[in-house]
Amino acid sequence: MGEILFYILASITLGTALLTILTRNPIHSAIYLVICFFSIAGHYLLLNAQFLALVHVIVYSGAIMILMLFTIMLMNLNKEDETHKSIASKIAATIAFCLVGIVLLAGLLRTKPVVESYFQSGEDFQSIKVLGKVLLNEYMVPFEFASVLLLVAMIGAVLISKKDKQKEA
Amino acid sequence: MESTIIIEKGIFIVIIFALTMVMAMYSTWAERKVAAWLQDRIGPNRAGPLGLLQPLADGLKLFSKEEFIPDTKNKFLFLAGPAISMSVALMTSAVIPWGDKLQIGGRDVILQATDIDVALLYIFGVLSIGVYGIMIGGWASNNKFSLMSAMRAGSQMISYEVAMGLAVIALVMMSGTLSLREIAAQQSGMNWNVFYQPVGFIIFLVCSFAETNRTPFDLAECEAELIGGYHTEYSSMKMGFYLFAEYASMFISSTILAVLYFGAYNYPGIEWAVENWGVNIANSIGIAVLFVKICFFIFFYMWVRWTIPRFRYDQLMNLGWKMLIPIAIANIVITGIVILLADKFL
Repeated sequence: MGEILFYILASITLGTALLTILTRNPIHSAIYLVICFFSIAGHYLLLNAQFLALVHVIVYSGAIMILMLFTIMLMNLNKEDETHKSIASKIAATIAFCLVGIVLLAGLLRTKPVVESYFQSGEDFQSIKVLGKVLLNEYMVPFEFASVLLLVAMIGAVLISKKDKQKEA
Repeated sequence: MESTIIIEKGIFIVIIFALTMVMAMYSTWAERKVAAWLQDRIGPNRAGPLGLLQPLADGLKLFSKEEFIPDTKNKFLFLAGPAISMSVALMTSAVIPWGDKLQIGGRDVILQATDIDVALLYIFGVLSIGVYGIMIGGWASNNKFSLMSAMRAGSQMISYEVAMGLAVIALVMMSGTLSLREIAAQQSGMNWNVFYQPVGFIIFLVCSFAETNRTPFDLAECEAELIGGYHTEYSSMKMGFYLFAEYASMFISSTILAVLYFGAYNYPGIEWAVENWGVNIANSIGIAVLFVKICFFIFFYMWVRWTIPRFRYDQLMNLGWKMLIPIAIANIVITGIVILLADKFL
């Protein structure tokens, strides 16, 4: 049962991910991206990670919503936009992506799953209580760094939009 | 054992589904009656006694209308719009505790479709999907007014979701759980969260109005500017679905308000009732009490609709970003300080 579901979900994930980059219409590709993210949330649910699945839906589907709004607002949708990029930049993008993929793969292969220790202690590692404790004790510093990074990005966005207004005036 | 649980939950889900539908149906009737009452009219009174069959007549009319689909390249998305709106409006009810428990045939029946650890997050997740129905429908209509209305609805929902989430964080800090069942149980007797979190409640209430696209925040379907809004191009039952989804989500958001802030199924003396009258009777009264609270909030929605005129769009954005969010953040900080002090000195 779980295996069949996994294969269905995996084919949806891969199919919609491919369609996201192959579709010409920017709105369609945003919608395919949403479906792709939902199927990833489904994978999390299969792994019994409810918190992760829901946060994934909230954060990513909300983000895609904003992406959609911006696509509608900023792009000319009357004619199908086809951006012409030189072959060199296409090759560069592919290589860069492959390198990132290798780094991610290498990093993930070297990780040690900590699930075993939770199985032994009998703690419910899915629960948000355990997750919160781990996040704010063991990984306190990276967690705070991530929030500072988000804050910086937010201030940057505000600053950019402010500057534009001053120029117009 | 496994199959009995599945059957039990299945029956329960069907009951909730039917209930949401009936409540949404009679909300349309109630809306007309309340509007008539507030404007000193009589309201619908032809179909059945007191016009009670009016929703059925409306449904029949919508079903028998001609189905018209505009000439658009995105036919599938056009059809998907109302479907998404409707399914999302019905999905939220899965995690709501409608009552404590009943004893049927010697076993405890928990009155909740599913009790997940992160129910509150689930509600926010579903809410963030909700806007897709409107966005996709409005965009696929291939109509400038529909698109404009969908854009308004989308940016409004995103803005108010932030304030809503922040308002709930203060509540979660107090209750220490994301499970709606535990939040409901903590408010036993008159320990309702509204007395401890009045500011959070008001922010949450205002945001629910915006999230359900109700007046004074119904700029998405502002007739004077945008014809009918995002459902301008829809006809027959597809438009009915959009309208129906609005009423269904109004019912659900009233339920969430009642559960989070107004004590859910709790009423003063529930423990005494459990001791003296038995679990079944006490909790049946609890369900009835929850429905009274829900009906009050639905009435409140209508009351506001016919009292406060629509905001301007910039006023709406200012209210969301410059008023509600700072107040919600201040509320979080104050709640944190109070919890800390209470831990130290009490």
